[in-house]
Amino acid sequence: MSETTPAMPVTATAAVGSPPPPLAPETKPGYVEKPASLWSDAWYDLRRRPLFIMSSILIAVLVVMALFPSLFTSINPMDATTCQLSTARQPPSAAHWFGKDNLGCDVYARTIYGARISIIVGITTTIVTAMVGGLLGLIAGFAGGATDSVMSRVTEIFFAIPSILGALLILAVFRTGNVWTVMLALAVLAWPMTFRIMRAAVITAKSQDYVVAARALGAGSGRLMFRHILPNAVTPVIVVATINLGMFISAEAALSFLGVGIQSPDISWGVMISDARPRFLEAAGPLLFPAAFLSVTVLAFIMLGDAVRDALDPKLR
Amino acid sequence: MGRYVIRRLLQAIPVLLGATFLIFAVVFALPGDPIGALAGDKRMDPAFAAVLREQYHLNDPLLLQYWHYISGVFQGDFGTTFSKVPVSELMAGKFQVTINLALTALVLEAVIGIGLGLWAALRQGKATDTAILAVTLLLISVPVLVTGFVLQLLLGVQLKKSTGIDFFPVAGAFDGWRSYLLPGFVLAGVSIAYLTRLTRTSLVETLRADYIRTAIAKGMPRRRVIGRHALRNALIPLITYLGADLGALMGGAIITETIFNLNGIGQQLYQSVYLREQPVVVGIVTILVLVYIVANLIVDLLYAVLDPRIRYE
Repeated sequence: MSETTPAMPVTATAAVGSPPPPLAPETKPGYVEKPASLWSDAWYDLRRRPLFIMSSILIAVLVVMALFPSLFTSINPMDATTCQLSTARQPPSAAHWFGKDNLGCDVYARTIYGARISIIVGITTTIVTAMVGGLLGLIAGFAGGATDSVMSRVTEIFFAIPSILGALLILAVFRTGNVWTVMLALAVLAWPMTFRIMRAAVITAKSQDYVVAARALGAGSGRLMFRHILPNAVTPVIVVATINLGMFISAEAALSFLGVGIQSPDISWGVMISDARPRFLEAAGPLLFPAAFLSVTVLAFIMLGDAVRDALDPKLR
Repeated sequence: MGRYVIRRLLQAIPVLLGATFLIFAVVFALPGDPIGALAGDKRMDPAFAAVLREQYHLNDPLLLQYWHYISGVFQGDFGTTFSKVPVSELMAGKFQVTINLALTALVLEAVIGIGLGLWAALRQGKATDTAILAVTLLLISVPVLVTGFVLQLLLGVQLKKSTGIDFFPVAGAFDGWRSYLLPGFVLAGVSIAYLTRLTRTSLVETLRADYIRTAIAKGMPRRRVIGRHALRNALIPLITYLGADLGALMGGAIITETIFNLNGIGQQLYQSVYLREQPVVVGIVTILVLVYIVANLIVDLLYAVLDPRIRYE
């Protein structure tokens, strides 16, 4: 109350020269001329969310770390001569911020270099599952009938298989785990989720008036699907994909921890956790530092997903 | 109702067959020779190996092998491992551990999730609400791998060292139900967060209903309005979530089992994959798929019991 009373006359006098204060969504500054689309509206909304700003900064740092790890550390952990067995499990010091691991390697440098695999696995698997699941969902939802029934039954089978155990089996077939097989195993088990969401969105969009109108004007199936339905059905898929990105990073670490994912000498946070485990109670650092980076990375992507969801789907607020 | 159950069960058959066949085919494609591995470093007598191969139908094509296996399963016979142990016997002990773990997680999930959600909903928009939502974000984000090791170190080891009392034993499943407390919490972490959010949303929605306003208007005590009118109606989606989560908890327990040295099905599956013990691997997955199907069916039927407006025909 005390704040609003003196403010009233100020706005009344200033209103003459300055643009009118934003009242309704249509009068947001910058979007007065053209009608605000869902995306420009969402972007306007996102830029003002602290959750979005925080997670974007974190993700930007992580991406730079994945691309140019040498910016953050002068030690190259891929070079085995930088490890000294005599200094194994040394506690953190000025020279080695996170201490040394069981083989006397610098934990800080390894943790920095570990970001690359997590980011690659997370982003690639997300794009592949969104494309594959999205495209199949679009086809199933648009075609309906027998095509839809068969495809939906197939996804039900995948839903019934516990994903981490399924991924473990797929990786066991390849025997050697690497970035490619891990991404494949995760994508094979994750696409049905995107499929289901896309299919539901397409079925809703399909019966809208603008689709019927386009069809009446003689638009073919391809044009209907990609020009009219897809843009209006893609939002929930983008939301789920962003949240899943964090889950894929977490799953990669879990599979590498179990010994079926990324293998040494490649550096992944899951491998570091697995390596540090036998001496965990004597020296927790080599396990806790990569674990902390892993958690912050997953947190950043899930925060981003939450922010994107809130911006794109006002109903959920 | 009866027709609905029968239809659902019939629909479950292709899912069960498809999932088991998929797993069976994957194990079939695994590299290595399970019979040769039985003899260790020595060379096995070729005649004996041939007999064993014949006995386990290993020379048959994939589809025939699958037929042998699945027709056995429908008669309640899960086969034997290559070292002549009945698979059902082997699985029973392992499933006991995993079921204990999953049930502990489910109870913790229900108590903590609904409790926190209720608290947040009643303090909607206040600092408590914001804090609880922040905690759920953390619980969803921090991987089980991390919570498992951190809690093992802090509550399992350090707390025992500093107080001398072993509140949360973490040395395998040897201390009765107490040894499942910490692993159960770790396993339930993400689910607790989702259930908290769901409880909050569901309760906030219910509190806006007309019958709640009526109850308050006629002067009913607040505790009773919330307990009898709001919570009971808000519970419906929560119970369905909990029911469907049991299968997910059992299937996702492998990381928790590995961290806390619990010898459950996750561990067994991991070993059997490397021994190429097809019947064990497929058996475990078959039971998990069954749990998933039956839990989802029960949940759907429970829906009609809890909300009489829903009818199945």
